[in-house]
Amino acid sequence: MINLLLFPIILPFFFAILLLFFKEKIRTQRILTLIGVVVSLASSLVLLWTVKTEGIQAITLGSWPAPFGISMVSDMLSALLVTTTLLLTLFIVIYSFTSIGEERERYFYYPAILFMVTGVNGAFTTGDIFNMFVFFEVLLIASYILIVLGGTKKQLRESLKYILVNVISSALFVITVAYLYSVVGTLNMADISVKISEVNQPGIITVIAVLFLIVFGIKGSIFPLYFWLPGSYAAPPIPVLALFGALLTKVGIYAIMRTYTLFFIHNTGFTHEILMILSILTIIAGCIGALAYFDLKQIIIYNIVIAVGVILFGASQMNEAGMSGAVFYLIHDMLIKGALFLLIGVIIYITGTSNLRKMGGLMKTHAPLGWFYLIAAFGLAGIPPLSGFIGKLLIVQGAFEAGNIWSGIIVLASSLVVLLSVMRIFIYAFWGESKVALPKTNRKTYNRLMAPALVLVVLTIVYGIGTEWLLPFMTDATDVLLQPSIYIDAVLK
Amino acid sequence: MKTNDVILQTTTKLVFFIIFLFSIHIFFAGHYTPGGGFVGGLLTTGAIILLLLAFDLKTVQKALPFNFTIMTGIGLLLALGTASGSIFFNVPFFTHAFDDFTLPLFGVTSLHTAMIFDAGVFLVVVGSAITIIQSIGGDS
Repeated sequence: MINLLLFPIILPFFFAILLLFFKEKIRTQRILTLIGVVVSLASSLVLLWTVKTEGIQAITLGSWPAPFGISMVSDMLSALLVTTTLLLTLFIVIYSFTSIGEERERYFYYPAILFMVTGVNGAFTTGDIFNMFVFFEVLLIASYILIVLGGTKKQLRESLKYILVNVISSALFVITVAYLYSVVGTLNMADISVKISEVNQPGIITVIAVLFLIVFGIKGSIFPLYFWLPGSYAAPPIPVLALFGALLTKVGIYAIMRTYTLFFIHNTGFTHEILMILSILTIIAGCIGALAYFDLKQIIIYNIVIAVGVILFGASQMNEAGMSGAVFYLIHDMLIKGALFLLIGVIIYITGTSNLRKMGGLMKTHAPLGWFYLIAAFGLAGIPPLSGFIGKLLIVQGAFEAGNIWSGIIVLASSLVVLLSVMRIFIYAFWGESKVALPKTNRKTYNRLMAPALVLVVLTIVYGIGTEWLLPFMTDATDVLLQPSIYIDAVLK
Repeated sequence: MKTNDVILQTTTKLVFFIIFLFSIHIFFAGHYTPGGGFVGGLLTTGAIILLLLAFDLKTVQKALPFNFTIMTGIGLLLALGTASGSIFFNVPFFTHAFDDFTLPLFGVTSLHTAMIFDAGVFLVVVGSAITIIQSIGGDS
């Protein structure tokens, strides 16, 4: 099966098309979506295992020789990201069944999710820079639908901002690819890497590297390009927010990691220094935001910004510890952000508000929710047996090995701020006495919302405890990032 | 006063078919000359828009009783199906095939699977463009 690596892209796409035929039949839509996501997840697990046992999977579409057709490449990093994406989608789709409401389901909610997953998986798997642009557009256009679907006033206002920012960044993406194409004359990512090392990265390539950082920085929300994120992400309902928070910014991070480890590796003193400074500033800006708000959604949204900074800081160190820390933290952050957004969705459902000052005393009525939230919060901050620990440990180790002592200390200090910000939610929402009477909620709905969130939290615990077992996968992913020749040989064989 | 559109409507009835036939020509010519599924689809859309201008939305929907959302779906399925056909032969995705066939009316004709993909593009373009126009001009 040489087409195996395309299945996580084709299958969601196929089921999204099928769903277009059943607009009014909500039950059929739910069943088909569930089948589609489960089948795609199974194919991605097979792919993960194949990449582990047989090495990088690469294919050039249409049977053309390698630099001339569109190459699709699945190395360990992209296989891991694709699997995590589908895993999260599964839980968020199950959560949507009870939470999103029939009115939205009737207007192409599930097709939009599946089209977005198609785009995300495509962007993770492609080996062609212009094809990456196309997959970015696929996921962005589907995300425009998801952000505006429902048509409340807030959604309309924020979707305008979101679309405007993304249209501008997409135009900049095209311009940057045009610059790159006029310099190296190829679009295949492995071939670009070869061509750049032949000319040894003259000034113009460094300019293009910074332009790519701006483009992907807007998508992945680094400082100072994250300004659109807090407002836009707060507008859509919780399952959509969970999808966006867990997946969309990570595509930008992946694109930065890929281009900065494959293309622009000959003048790291300049490009990676900028990346490092910006990621430290991103962490600081995120920390300020996370402490400033008394709103559940905003606190977790600013935690996305912090995580973006931490991951890119790890990647910018360009040593083994930093890079594998970044990969560990990337997967951890996707899982934990999905879990946290689903949990605060449950809190918002119970209390009917997202304002922390108006809630309290939930521990007496909803103890399991409280304890699982506490575990997820500790996982996010990086308390040792849980999932966030090993990634951040390796990132800090990488920073110290590279001699960036102060930046490493800032990353460590940011953990305290993260812990403080999420513990504030715990203290205000779960401790003390209930300040206002809780609105009447349905126990059955509550249980159905809790189930996917709890399983996701359990998964993050397993991720933390099973670090030793995951290590060979992470080592494979890091090797490809640190030695571009492995990637190039796999594509241009 | 009710306006009399008899000249516009009569001309439209004639011109519609000329534009439609031209769009089919453009669609089939795409492999060797400028044209293809996208332009062909837009031309067909143009022909339908001319009908919408000369008549009203209800009349056109009665004359062309298609669900254009479904048409988009069918187009996508055609395109994906053409590309995935290669999976069953275990060659890279999107590998096309072609051969010469002797057809009763045309003689020896070279047929290429890219044509089916283009037909998918054609249907998607027509389906989505008409859906946009219907939903903007529809509710009044």
